[in-house]
Amino acid sequence: MSKSVMGRRAFLATTSGAIVLVAGGNLVIGGNGAWAMSTKALTGDEAAMLVRMARATYPHAMLDDTIYGKVIHGLDEKAASDPALLRSLQEGAATLKDKKFETLDEAGQEAVLKAIESSAPFQTVRGECVVGIYNNPDVWKVLGYEGPSAELGGYIDRGFDDIDWLQDA
Amino acid sequence: MAATFELNDDSVVVVIGSGAGGGTLSNELAQKGVKVVLLEAGGRHEIEDFSNDEWGMFGQISWLDKRTTSGSWRVAKDFSGLPAWIVKAVGGSTVHWAGASLRFQEHEFKVKSIYGDIPGANLLDWPISLAEMEPYYDRAEDKLGVTGTHGIPRLPGSNNFRVFAAGAKKLGYKDFHTGNMAINSQPRDGRGACQQIGFCFQGCKSGAKWSTLYTEIPKGEATGNLEVRPSSQALQIQHNAAGKVTGVLYADKDGKQHVQKARVVAVAGNSIESPRLLLNSASAKFPDGLANSSGQVGKNYMRHMTGSVYAIFDKPVRMYRGTTMAGIIKDEAGNKPERGFVGGYEMETLSLGVPFMAAFLEPGAWGRDFASAMEGYANMAGMWLVGEDMPQEKNAITLHRAEKDQYGLPVPNVHFDDHANDIAMREHAYKQGSAVYEAVGAVRTFRTPPYPSTHNLGTNRMSEKASDGVVNKHGQTHDIANLFISDGSQFTTGAAENPTLTIVALAIRQAEYIAERMAKNEI
Repeated sequence: MSKSVMGRRAFLATTSGAIVLVAGGNLVIGGNGAWAMSTKALTGDEAAMLVRMARATYPHAMLDDTIYGKVIHGLDEKAASDPALLRSLQEGAATLKDKKFETLDEAGQEAVLKAIESSAPFQTVRGECVVGIYNNPDVWKVLGYEGPSAELGGYIDRGFDDIDWLQDA
Repeated sequence: MAATFELNDDSVVVVIGSGAGGGTLSNELAQKGVKVVLLEAGGRHEIEDFSNDEWGMFGQISWLDKRTTSGSWRVAKDFSGLPAWIVKAVGGSTVHWAGASLRFQEHEFKVKSIYGDIPGANLLDWPISLAEMEPYYDRAEDKLGVTGTHGIPRLPGSNNFRVFAAGAKKLGYKDFHTGNMAINSQPRDGRGACQQIGFCFQGCKSGAKWSTLYTEIPKGEATGNLEVRPSSQALQIQHNAAGKVTGVLYADKDGKQHVQKARVVAVAGNSIESPRLLLNSASAKFPDGLANSSGQVGKNYMRHMTGSVYAIFDKPVRMYRGTTMAGIIKDEAGNKPERGFVGGYEMETLSLGVPFMAAFLEPGAWGRDFASAMEGYANMAGMWLVGEDMPQEKNAITLHRAEKDQYGLPVPNVHFDDHANDIAMREHAYKQGSAVYEAVGAVRTFRTPPYPSTHNLGTNRMSEKASDGVVNKHGQTHDIANLFISDGSQFTTGAAENPTLTIVALAIRQAEYIAERMAKNEI
């Protein structure tokens, strides 16, 4: 087995959630069927492309498509009453479609996005993602962040100073 | 009981802004029997309204009214509509501050004499000395319950502090500890001890951290001499033909405009709004704005040399557990020009939650490199770097030519260019901050650029001579005897230290001065 096949296989194994399916005109299914969203303004194809874009922008193998899909779902809802936003998102999805974005590996996708980095569609999706992904308690769990603590009495008795690997502290 | 005063009661002192300066001044005056109407642009959100939610609280309490930016500073690129990260609510920025309460160093009151002529810098000595300030620093520390002063124990060290301290020790630093914090390490003044909750920037849920919201303001109200009017945006300070101020035009929560008459007006709206209000109050008699015969209103804007270093280790740190900031290395705070810059800087522990880390670690960054940094979050430690920046006349708050706010008044533009001294200091601080973490095994370090300004200073500066600045050593404007400035905009220069303790000390001192002058009918 060649090295490149191994690499490709490893990539598929770690990013299986990245395979986004479109079923019907406005239904997107991701995470191997673990989640689905129906769109209001975007077509299913466009939304699926933007989910891929969201993942390629903040690529976390440990996150499934639900996280990225939720952000695009939110953008779709806004676009339903914001024609300028809708046009921008459609434009972004069309650009990626032209580049056959879904067929590219992670490095290829990053290169495509780098080329459109300063465009309004990219910045809109990125801006939405940086809040939508990292303000999601499901993501906090994966990253090892415990979130609100006041209700639990803070950390005074729950490990605020429990670091155990420092030799000289 | 909280007082209520008539709009046409011209015996009151009107204080504009309820943060460290205005909230303290209001209470100090009320305690002396002076009647005070406190106008606060923001709403009144009590402790029960706070939540451990970074973006939620940001939306609830931040000053988000339109502002523009210009200049070469990185904030103008990363956060073009948000030059300052300050609070619009009763309590002002004492709601979200970290609590660091440091005295200035002696030389920082006379930097022109000590540093000499620095090209491009508009340096000036303060008209007061550390010796004159010491009794007021004492009273401010006692009021705030500052740890490490007045026999108050320091806070215990969190995980973030322990990494920071171990690195400091390894690097040979000598002067480091959990800081002088206005956060109760034991119950004091009717408030409990810190529960190491974190989320200090979102409003302290336990009330262990001093904020005027639940200390000065209710104490002042209890005297019967203080009326607080939240959601009251000051629009214009009015004056009479003799050039004395007579009242303040403000808009209430419904946008309805009122004039509160005043015997004295004290402005404490932070270093963007305070000069903006003076400039927006221009009249036929004062065409360049109130108290602006020097032309210095809005000029010399300072925001401290800042930056952060975050570091990822190969094992968990969980820096978010515990007080947001409680750790300081002071070894770099002095003036040691041999480092290639004048002035000094403090290194202070800091943690952000995942939501803010994503926004601030490297603003605008994306892709594999950034995502992998976020995946190291649990193993991250962090510090903030804060040092003296150079006042420059061109760094200024000005009125925007075209953009207007909801009341039809010009919005402020905030212009800032880093001085060469600021850049040299930041480079040194980044290097030393990274070294602290590398000394204890950091596998990756980040030079995080400045956040929107939390320390906004200098735009109505204090000066001996009326031609050099806006206010005298008591914060009284040189031009108008019954108009005072009571916030950090009075700062002649910025010093390396977090400014709140000095703002509070100046407010205590100013309250004495105002009450005495009123008693003698001099104002």
